[in-house]
Amino acid sequence: MTPRTVISAALLILGGAFFLAGTLGLLRFPDVYSRLHALTKADNLGLGFVAVGLSIEAASFALSVKVFIVWASVVLASGISSQLIAGAAFRAGVAPAGKAPPGEAP
Amino acid sequence: MIPPIDLLLATALPLIAWRVLATDELPTSVVLFIAFGLLSALAWARLDAPDVALVEAAVGTGLTGALLMSSLRSMERPRPPSPWRARAIALVAAAIAVALASVVALLPRGALGLGPAVLARSEESGVAQPVTAVLMNFRGHDTHLEMLVLLAASIGVLSIQHGTASHGVDTAPTSSVVMMLVELIVPALVVLAGYLVWRGSRAPGGAFQAGAILAGGAVLLLLTRRMAPLSLERQMVRMFLFAGPVLFFLVAAVPLGFGGDMLEYPRGWGGSLILGLESALTLSIATILTMFFPQGAPAPRRRG
Amino acid sequence: MNELHAGLAVFLLLNVLVGLVRVARGPTFADRMLVAQLFGTTGVTVLLVLGADPGRSALRDVALVFAMLAAIAVVAFVQLVPMGGQDRDR
Repeated sequence: MTPRTVISAALLILGGAFFLAGTLGLLRFPDVYSRLHALTKADNLGLGFVAVGLSIEAASFALSVKVFIVWASVVLASGISSQLIAGAAFRAGVAPAGKAPPGEAP
Repeated sequence: MIPPIDLLLATALPLIAWRVLATDELPTSVVLFIAFGLLSALAWARLDAPDVALVEAAVGTGLTGALLMSSLRSMERPRPPSPWRARAIALVAAAIAVALASVVALLPRGALGLGPAVLARSEESGVAQPVTAVLMNFRGHDTHLEMLVLLAASIGVLSIQHGTASHGVDTAPTSSVVMMLVELIVPALVVLAGYLVWRGSRAPGGAFQAGAILAGGAVLLLLTRRMAPLSLERQMVRMFLFAGPVLFFLVAAVPLGFGGDMLEYPRGWGGSLILGLESALTLSIATILTMFFPQGAPAPRRRG
Repeated sequence: MNELHAGLAVFLLLNVLVGLVRVARGPTFADRMLVAQLFGTTGVTVLLVLGADPGRSALRDVALVFAMLAAIAVVAFVQLVPMGGQDRDR
């Protein structure tokens, strides 16, 4: 059990915990906006931790670079996607929980 | 002991398939179908078929997703089939499932099939990746004919869309956020496609995967109206569409003139020929797949 | 290390499946499009973890494809699907 393995394992478990948080938010939050927020942010963090954990014990530097590229693509794609989904919901008049639909008086 | 992840996938897939069909709401059906495609890609990954997983991921997400979203607009709530029909269909489906399961169960344990034979001779074929060697060399005839089938399908699709394509895809006004995403992703997809074609000789990759990814990029451009709908009147479209099949035919037919067999690659030229063919095929496959995406307003529904 | 990877993969897949419950329930289409976010992050991570096995490194390429093409479904959704107000069906 080298320090490398231990750190990597810790990061993987930490990442998993963030994914759990994201899923809980997805299920329990009251409206689409907060669900989107939970899912995107928590899952991306989880992915980040898992990616670092995996690259620490990766066989070569080139493989670590590939993991980094995947992580960067996900951050960009999912970040922008979440904005798009939220925007579509907003324009369609989906109301945030406990508030009036957009455009109406509160 | 079956690995738990395989058990999980094996139970989840039929469950989701059932929900896709059983759910009343079309949007749920569509979205679960996309999820089904992605889970299938995971299943292919677990079955050690990364080439198929790549295609499933590329087609099942972007292309199928876009296609289904597009069709949602003109689809009505489906009518459930009559009870007798449903029972007949269920019976046929069950019979097929039982037949398939028994075939799989009766396969000899530990049979390696043609795997060792392919691996033994893959260096001769010009590429190191056995799947590519089989597709592009050992069974090159099949791939050649598949390309012609795809070509025929695309012409069929074009004839259905004829007349509606001139208006472009009927979309909401494009926001700047969407454009930002598209401007980032499309170049990345082109690079990814090129990478996969090049990798195809050593690792999972190849023309189908790259073509599907390029088609995804083309669909993005169509959706944001940055690209005019594909029509055979444009020379570029014709060139891309026929590049693959024509080149394949030439490579197949030329050896006949030199006393060889059809599709017999000259010694030592296998690798380069395959790479050239795959590149041309990528363009054709991308064009064909893009054509399957509705290029314009859907045709008016016929009454009755 | 392999047990941890296998366990993490199973755990992530369970997260995806549980998330699909929300996706199926909706109620708005925007909720349903969360499937793209779900697979785009969790699905990608599963593939990265599975791809950490030696000999399975091609799965990283599959992860890359997942990430990029999930965004295409979202763009299609935004451009094509009219979400009619509080219409439950969409």
